[in-house]
Amino acid sequence: MIVFDRVHKRYPNGREALRDVSLRVAQGQMAFLTGRSGAGKSSILKLVTLLERPTTGTVTVNGQMTSTLPSRAIPAYRRRMGVVFQDHQLLVDRPVYDNVALPLIVADTPFREIDRRVRAALDQVGLLGKEKSSPSELSIGEQQRVGIARAVVGKPTILVADEPTGNLDHALARDVMRLFKRFQEVGVTVLIASHDESLVREFAQHEIKLNDGQVTK
Amino acid sequence: MSAASSWFSRHAQAAVAALGRLLRRPLGTLLTTVAIAIALALPAGLWVFTSNVRALTSKVTETLEISVYLQPGTALTAAEKLASEARRRKEVAKVVLVPADAGLEQFRRQSGFGAAIEALESNPLPHVLTVQPRESATDARSMSELRKYLSAQPDVDAVQVDTEWVRRLEAILYFLQVAFIALASVLGAGVVAVIGNSVRLEIGSRRAEIEVTKLVGGSNAFVRRPFLYEGFLYGLFGGLLALGLGTLVLAALQEPIAGVSALYGGRLGIEGLNADETLLLLLSGGLLGLFGAWVGAARHLARIEPRD
Repeated sequence: MIVFDRVHKRYPNGREALRDVSLRVAQGQMAFLTGRSGAGKSSILKLVTLLERPTTGTVTVNGQMTSTLPSRAIPAYRRRMGVVFQDHQLLVDRPVYDNVALPLIVADTPFREIDRRVRAALDQVGLLGKEKSSPSELSIGEQQRVGIARAVVGKPTILVADEPTGNLDHALARDVMRLFKRFQEVGVTVLIASHDESLVREFAQHEIKLNDGQVTK
Repeated sequence: MSAASSWFSRHAQAAVAALGRLLRRPLGTLLTTVAIAIALALPAGLWVFTSNVRALTSKVTETLEISVYLQPGTALTAAEKLASEARRRKEVAKVVLVPADAGLEQFRRQSGFGAAIEALESNPLPHVLTVQPRESATDARSMSELRKYLSAQPDVDAVQVDTEWVRRLEAILYFLQVAFIALASVLGAGVVAVIGNSVRLEIGSRRAEIEVTKLVGGSNAFVRRPFLYEGFLYGLFGGLLALGLGTLVLAALQEPIAGVSALYGGRLGIEGLNADETLLLLLSGGLLGLFGAWVGAARHLARIEPRD
């Protein structure tokens, strides 16, 4: 569950990214953040992933208030969360396997367990057998699915995605959304920033519309 | 797998990964290693020089003697008593009593003034004690204490010891010691800077990877680990290369030193680092590298923390 309570976010350059934002994404819900670029979608995701902290107001994720979380607790906090980016953010000099295994490696997971879970995650996104490929050998759609496998390999309770279909055509985008839907169906809370209205109409259980740093819907 | 063996395997993995990265860009690694090696070899060379000078002077001080002239007319038994008392002191290695008669006889033989001495009515020479201090007691302070003790004894007329050159030698050795510490500090800081900078550049070029690692929950310690190993390895390789360079220089010096040594009756020789010193050099290299990597990594890693 993700709860924002009267959150303001002002960046050091003075830009007011979020103004008095209150929102709530229930456990196991698939929610979309919509709005134009600069409306505050990315700021909300940064606050959820603790890349940023609110200027005022509180952000509570799975009952944990992020503003009181000490810096040294952030890695463990992030391990309970899967993040997918628009530009996949894969390490191109490492094979697919290493990319997907990264969240498990940083969590000191035993090797055998890593092996099992990496294969399971690749299987879920339909890329089993591509372990040894380099990300650059894969299509854009496949790269994004590797990114999703990496996000879910740690069995997160929350999945956060920033424009995950921004670089994909409509058919591929729907594939990716169906993938997110499958994780939502097994209880994962999914929060996706997207400006693709048709996808939002098709998949959103909850839409949070932003305009100029404020929630309008 | 237990937590400990998992911890161990993570470290082994980080170390191997760091080694792999160093070997993948051999030229850069070599240049950095050479810079570190030179920075380590210079103070190590000064150390070797200093310890060789010290070894050489300790051989010289074996011949250091104090001459104690007794009052003319002192009984031989009193002189013998004085000698045996002096022998009991812990800083004294050896005491030789040269009785007045023996002294005169020696003088007669060596000086060529035989006839003139024959003409003397009585022996003008006093009994003389030749006191040789232990090697550990040849520093200026011990020498002056020993001298004070000897001067204070009854029947002693004069004590003669040339401590001036001992003091000079000690001053030179002290200077070399200070120079070593200064040089080692400056060049050690240089090693830290070289490795810190190289790690900083490396971190800069792998920024994307670090950001992703931190985003998926990698702690600062996890991200820092391979860089620390890299710094340690740089320092260790630098130390090994410094040893190699030092060995070459020593080998090149052996022949000229043998030449000099022959002129001085074969007393000279040059010793390299012993096992402890070798270990210390490698360890210093590694630890300086570790520290440099830490310094280089600290600021960069803090950058992708959340801001309030």
